[in-house]
Amino acid sequence: MSATTPYLKPGLAKPVAAGDGLDAPYWDGLKEGKLILQRCNSCHKFQWGPEWVCHRCHSFDLGWAETPAEGILYSHQRIWHPVHPALAEQGPYVVALVELPAADNVRIIGNLVGDPMQPLVIGSAVRGVFEHHPDDDPPNTLLQWEVV
Amino acid sequence: MSDRTLRGKVAVAGVAETEYYKWGRSPDPEFKLAIQAILKACENAGVDPRDVDGFSSYSNDRSDASRMSAALGCKQLSFASMQWGGGGGGGSGAVANAAAAIATGQAECVVVFRALAQGQFGRFGQGPRSKVVSGPAAHTLPYGLMSAAHQFAMKVNRYMHDHGVRQEALRAISLAAYHHAQANPRAVMHGRPLDEAKYDESRWIVEPFHLFDCCLENDGAAAMVLVAAERAKDFPHPPCYLLGAVSGSQHRAGATVHNTPEYASSSFPTVAPRLYNMAQVGPSDVDVLQSYENFTGGVMMSIVEHGFCTAEEVNDFLTYENLVAPSGKLPLNTSGGNLAECYMHGLGLNIEAVRQIWGESTSQVPGAEISMVTSGPMVTPVSCCIFGSEATL
Repeated sequence: MSATTPYLKPGLAKPVAAGDGLDAPYWDGLKEGKLILQRCNSCHKFQWGPEWVCHRCHSFDLGWAETPAEGILYSHQRIWHPVHPALAEQGPYVVALVELPAADNVRIIGNLVGDPMQPLVIGSAVRGVFEHHPDDDPPNTLLQWEVV
Repeated sequence: MSDRTLRGKVAVAGVAETEYYKWGRSPDPEFKLAIQAILKACENAGVDPRDVDGFSSYSNDRSDASRMSAALGCKQLSFASMQWGGGGGGGSGAVANAAAAIATGQAECVVVFRALAQGQFGRFGQGPRSKVVSGPAAHTLPYGLMSAAHQFAMKVNRYMHDHGVRQEALRAISLAAYHHAQANPRAVMHGRPLDEAKYDESRWIVEPFHLFDCCLENDGAAAMVLVAAERAKDFPHPPCYLLGAVSGSQHRAGATVHNTPEYASSSFPTVAPRLYNMAQVGPSDVDVLQSYENFTGGVMMSIVEHGFCTAEEVNDFLTYENLVAPSGKLPLNTSGGNLAECYMHGLGLNIEAVRQIWGESTSQVPGAEISMVTSGPMVTPVSCCIFGSEATL
């Protein structure tokens, strides 16, 4: 599903693909509402963050595969002290570390949307919320999470 | 015993620090601070600075070794080393590198140093201000995960969840540091004591870190002069030997986007056993511990991963009474450490460990013979070292 309003106030740095192209398919996928992660074409295992070689079998034949934006809350943090001017009026916000069982348990970072004071329970099932920023320069999409 | 060891091969001749300032308050630029600390350490050792032939630092210290050697008129430069990795993970690693150079005959007299002037070069505790971000940071920064506290809080939350650790364990680490700082006139927090209520009422930076769980940010410099063990008795201080020093991290600790397999860790599981093996001591032999506090949660995990207690014993072991000198079971951060003495990227901890062996600490552990430092938990690489008195050789 997609978010109607951004979770954080505007003004933080916009994500762009790495200059060497290493993570470009990921960012392109998010813009299409898809979670696409790196997967080895030799041993068929996901790895994240992306790298130029498979850490398991050392194959350079690395591909990309879509995986469901469904995971488990592996850890979390409720952040209070703003360290960026854009967040001066934000108030507390939550960052989630989400484990993806369908993608060999790789982990991904996002915000946990909803009430920032909601109980944060490790092990909770979470699902992805695509937060599109088509009017940003450059346009980008963030992948947020909500408790199921 | 294998020859492939640093045990007993290198000694500390002298240590020193500049005055420690709040961040941005140094009247002097960073390179001048480094010079001041190095000259003071040489004076402390009774060493002619011109005889220093090596420099070892970490965390991309900006005070270049060749410039330093030229500035001090050193007779020659034999060794110049920078430990990879950010934060304070390289503090004891820089000691290890310097010691390895001496032990293998590459250099005779190596200074380990670190200098910081954040007024000149910007603060650590602030997020980047760029318009766009790429690479690993693109996967965290747009979500507001952008400071050191943010980088580590989720490791500590996961660890506390897994092992039922209570906030009081983190608080005890902070209380002990502030207690020791009250005895240390060099400490930035000297004269500013902390108690349970003040800690509990302090604002959250990021849960589980209150304000007083977080290190300071400071300007200053610190330095340590190392020489071959054969010369240990040529200096004004009692002999202080390096018993071991190692660095590193566990399997794929550097996996990006928080994908380290052993996530809730201080990065010491494979490092600590190598230190004890080299030093030929165990945790029960350690008289006093200086454990790098970027955040108290990292100290907590470091203490477990170095075998001082199990994860399940943390709530009982990490108490104020156990952590204060001279009476505690494990006197911790006896200068006030990064929380309350000064954040010199942890090199102050190594200096304090040496002062414990010399009997010169402001919170002295009586008869301290084995004095240990753990540097920069939760980053990679981390490092640790053990100093010992003559009786430990």
